[in-house]
Amino acid sequence: MEILVLLKQTFDTEAKVTVKDGRILDDDATLVINPYDEYAVEEGLKLREAGGGTVTVVSVGGDRVEEALRRALAMGADEAALIEAPAGADEFTTASLLAAWARGKQFDIVLAGNVSVDTGAGQTALRFAEAMNLPHAAAALKLEVAGNKATVHRDAEGDTEVVEVPLPALITAQQGLNEPRYPSVPGIMKAKRKSIARVGAAELGVDAPARTEVTSVFQAQQNRRNTIIKGSPAEQAKQLTELLRGEAKVI
Amino acid sequence: MARNVLVLAEIRNGALRPVSFECIAAGRTVAEGGTVTAALIGEGAGFADDLIHRGADKVVTVTGDGLESYTPDGWVGALQSVCLELKPDVVFLGHTGIGRDLAPRFAMRNTAGMVSDVTDLKLEGDQILFTRPVYAGKAFVTQIVKQGLIVATIRPNNLAALPVDSVRSGNVSEMAAPALDLRTVIKEIVRNTAGGVDLTSAKIVVSGGRGVKSAEGFKPLRELAVVLGAAVGASRAAADAGYCDYAMQVGQTGKTVTPDLYIACGISGAIQHLAGMSASKVIVAINKDPEAPIFKVADYGIVGDLFEVVPLLTQEFKTLLGR
Repeated sequence: MEILVLLKQTFDTEAKVTVKDGRILDDDATLVINPYDEYAVEEGLKLREAGGGTVTVVSVGGDRVEEALRRALAMGADEAALIEAPAGADEFTTASLLAAWARGKQFDIVLAGNVSVDTGAGQTALRFAEAMNLPHAAAALKLEVAGNKATVHRDAEGDTEVVEVPLPALITAQQGLNEPRYPSVPGIMKAKRKSIARVGAAELGVDAPARTEVTSVFQAQQNRRNTIIKGSPAEQAKQLTELLRGEAKVI
Repeated sequence: MARNVLVLAEIRNGALRPVSFECIAAGRTVAEGGTVTAALIGEGAGFADDLIHRGADKVVTVTGDGLESYTPDGWVGALQSVCLELKPDVVFLGHTGIGRDLAPRFAMRNTAGMVSDVTDLKLEGDQILFTRPVYAGKAFVTQIVKQGLIVATIRPNNLAALPVDSVRSGNVSEMAAPALDLRTVIKEIVRNTAGGVDLTSAKIVVSGGRGVKSAEGFKPLRELAVVLGAAVGASRAAADAGYCDYAMQVGQTGKTVTPDLYIACGISGAIQHLAGMSASKVIVAINKDPEAPIFKVADYGIVGDLFEVVPLLTQEFKTLLGR
């Protein structure tokens, strides 16, 4: 089975986000594989272990993204490709580049994260499916592949929807799909020797200038009351209910 | 600049979702003399008047084989048919399970720009300036769509809906969607939220963290939630410890919520959790540890044992609300 994983590099979720001079400082941030994409890598490896084939990981971004791809290789992925990101790329650009790169290659299943923890837009993977005319099932909590069909248990606002899609298809991973493995020492050594294919945006012949533009970045100042309610538990409960109704007016 | 706006209206559990009214209100803000049309796919012709009373000029209902339940192929195709007919300048959808699933495909089909998870919008010159959170609310950006069709998903419970105007009238029409190959087949829907409230659009959320200590520890929280009509959430620590399902997790991994009231019980307030809830209008923290970082973002804090305080709160609210 030929498995493709779309991967993005993001900030570690425990990282503090600081905005300075209208941009988010990322020079010192710890960068990781987007946690949802890590579930996708793990699921790809599990599918390969069950049915053979290869796992290819692909990303769009700058030089630092090599670290994330290297980690996916260390987890056990077979091949990796990094597509150079044009300046100002948005989800339309990124999905168009990924589709141009994937076109003509044979994949039985494409896996990706449900959303990235940085922009949180949740667009690129589904746009890719549309560009490739693949059916999709998003937010998978469980994936079973049999023959040319995938059965997906997907998170639909807390309910679980069981859907069947014909392969090839795109499946996005929701938290809970699996427990991503840590790279093993031999895995890390092996990954060091693997080469990551670098692809220039121009060589893909894609003309997909960003449709959107971020015009400002800021941090919201929340003014909180920070009132600590004293007294016995019974008094605290009574006071809190009164404050929520009288002062905060939310009840 | 007059714009024609198309809103995808959604029905859940037999009622229009409030976010659909919020989308119509957003549509009115940006229409500037253009028309706001609400589309209902698969069912719900009986809801057309409600949409008009909330500010829609027109309602179009789309019917066709297999459109009763949401599938990406069916609904993207149906919305595309409406779009080809009405040629809107702007399409608004709720940032809901369906909106999130459908909008990116729909935008790509139209090579359109899209802004996801919008929490605010305003007009600035000839542009619609959208505000949306990034890093799950650790920061915000303003974003525009530079050219072509504008697609945006609107986060529930952030923009105000228009009040009901029951004398407002409008045009209601029907449309038949072309037959489509629906590649996704729905086999079964398991209702985990039966009787419960959806976390991402809830007005009140009661959340538990490591301090709930076990799966049973969520019981007092659920009892409080029932009295308040609230959804129950959790921190990553509680989900990782197996006290609850990951579907309940609020945080940068997990759901981002912006209720009117967020009650954090036994949650310390790790950065990754705060990212998912810090935009809530009012935050209450109940925690044994007075040094817990959650108190820094709270409007009201109670230093105490949640197993003591929460049942007392439930009693107080019962009395107050007469439930």
